[in-house]
Amino acid sequence: MYVAVKGGERAIDNAHRLLAEKRRGDPDVAEISAEQISQQLTLGVDRVMSEGSLYDRGLAALAIKQARGDMIEAVFLVRASRTTLARFGYSEPLDTGAMEITRRISATFKDLPGGQVLGPTFDYTHRLLDRALDTGAEVEPAATAPVSDDATPHVLGLLDKQGLIEPASCRPDEDQSEPGDMTRDPLTFPVDRDVRLQMLARGDEGFLLALGYSTQRGYARNHPFAGEIRVGMVEVSFVPEELGFAVCLGEIEITECEMVNQFTGSKSTPPQFTRGYGISFGHCERKAMSMAQVDRALRADELGEDRTAPAQDEEFVLSHCDNVQATGFVEHLKLPHYVDFQSELELVRRMRREQGADRQEAAE
Amino acid sequence: MTIEPAAARDTGYNFAYLNEQTKKMIRRALLKAVAIPGYQVPFASREMPMPYGWGTGGVQVTASVLTPEDVLKVIDQGADDTTNAVSIRKFFKRTAGVATTEATAEASVIQTRHRIPEQKLTSDQILVYQVPIPEPLRFLEPRETETRKMHAFEDYGLMHVKLYEDISQHGHIATTYAYPVKVEGRYVMDPSPTPKFDNPKMDNCAALQLFGAGREKRIYALPPFTSVVSLDFEDHPFEVQAWEHPCELCGARDTYLDEVIVDDEGGRMFVCSDTDYCASRRQAVSEAAE
Repeated sequence: MYVAVKGGERAIDNAHRLLAEKRRGDPDVAEISAEQISQQLTLGVDRVMSEGSLYDRGLAALAIKQARGDMIEAVFLVRASRTTLARFGYSEPLDTGAMEITRRISATFKDLPGGQVLGPTFDYTHRLLDRALDTGAEVEPAATAPVSDDATPHVLGLLDKQGLIEPASCRPDEDQSEPGDMTRDPLTFPVDRDVRLQMLARGDEGFLLALGYSTQRGYARNHPFAGEIRVGMVEVSFVPEELGFAVCLGEIEITECEMVNQFTGSKSTPPQFTRGYGISFGHCERKAMSMAQVDRALRADELGEDRTAPAQDEEFVLSHCDNVQATGFVEHLKLPHYVDFQSELELVRRMRREQGADRQEAAE
Repeated sequence: MTIEPAAARDTGYNFAYLNEQTKKMIRRALLKAVAIPGYQVPFASREMPMPYGWGTGGVQVTASVLTPEDVLKVIDQGADDTTNAVSIRKFFKRTAGVATTEATAEASVIQTRHRIPEQKLTSDQILVYQVPIPEPLRFLEPRETETRKMHAFEDYGLMHVKLYEDISQHGHIATTYAYPVKVEGRYVMDPSPTPKFDNPKMDNCAALQLFGAGREKRIYALPPFTSVVSLDFEDHPFEVQAWEHPCELCGARDTYLDEVIVDDEGGRMFVCSDTDYCASRRQAVSEAAE
């Protein structure tokens, strides 16, 4: 005799206990600490901070540990924590020109003021598995150089001085008022570029990478040049209302990418280069580059280009770039749907019966 | 009585998790939604500690209407003990400390996914729906910029054409759940993925019905005693599902039934999807027998 299934609550508790045990793994192997993750899986931590929209290495490292290394789950943990925090206001705009550079490259000029600084990069490594890495061997200290006092001006600024590139602006209407906040206002299309950039900055790296890639393969083709990629520490300052002047809150590491794109000009505008902008917390170079490509593609309307490709479609890109939203909705298919499925089943059976297709049903 | 009484809550969070500013923002959206029945009000949906698509909209609405005196019931697929219903009920026990129940009649706030309870709701109750896709026109027109215009112009021709095409192709309207309704003769609304069997219960309902879509950032509402009409045609009137068999547990003939596969020979039985309704009917029978 069938009895309605009971005991969901106990099953959930037990599943969570099993999860905790699996997370720990073999207890004979030393437990990994959030501190170790923060120090040794830095790029993972950077990604979780970026897409989690919260600059906190410790929490991001803890989230990675708690999520068993599932990055999207870690991003989700950070977001759910972030949502409970009070918001005090906006920081002053970051002065990335004053960045303390650890890496800075330009693909558009061989040499330039401030120089090319490779920094810690995978770029010219041969991707050969390094078996020595797992033997606990000492790491040879890296070479150092004195910090240069020379300014490191933005490459695109140099082009701007000659009028060869459009001036940098947040919005086409040059509106310098408070930026929008996509965490406080529901998204309404069309979206201004400030909010668009916010969404892309927390957007999924893989999704933006694929879209950026698609623009290089002819879907919204506008050949990009990596005008500049810079990674380093910048000061964050804030104006508390009771003081009335900016105070420095501390430093954060960011990656900034400015793409230079072709633009043939129109009747009203002479030919000039255009911009795409990408930024992330920490060192997320691939993300910042992809973001810059997608930002540029999404400016199609503003620049009078035909919108023909997915990367140019604001509603498509922005509605689907958030991996916490995407994973939630895809994974909700695991939840029971038997009520809806039952209604479909009933309809399919009825229609099959009417068509005489289902002999077994008809015989009943 | 099956009420599990109110208990101490986790004071690390505000009552019912959300901070008061957020609740105020959501209540404003709710008031607007009640003022314009069936209209989708955008709201600044927050990230919740459960995934999008798992009831974050419903949870935010419930959190915003809940008071310490409330008695909460949570169902999924009509049942109180499905995993997600258990999880959400636990969340509110922990963050709000409110009393909970499985009995429809005892609850003052009922959060639901995919069903409306079989028992008639009263004017003392609020029914909160979890909504995945609030836009009834979404599968006909994927662009929000377009669908908002269509609602503004009351341009629902596309929906009628879709329903008509169903009839001409299949002989039936092939929508069995999330069946579109017209609210107070104005807005076409998605009743959330409840089976169309439940649509008539929405019409002229004494309870306040609130709909929350977290990922899509929309809230809409049906104030008590609102007219809710399922779309149909004169020659193809709306009708609900019917079963040839009664519930095999309680014998009810007027409820929505789940199909349960009982062996691997294709054997199956049908039982009420509303577990509280089914259990209370069986209890009444056994009490009468004593």
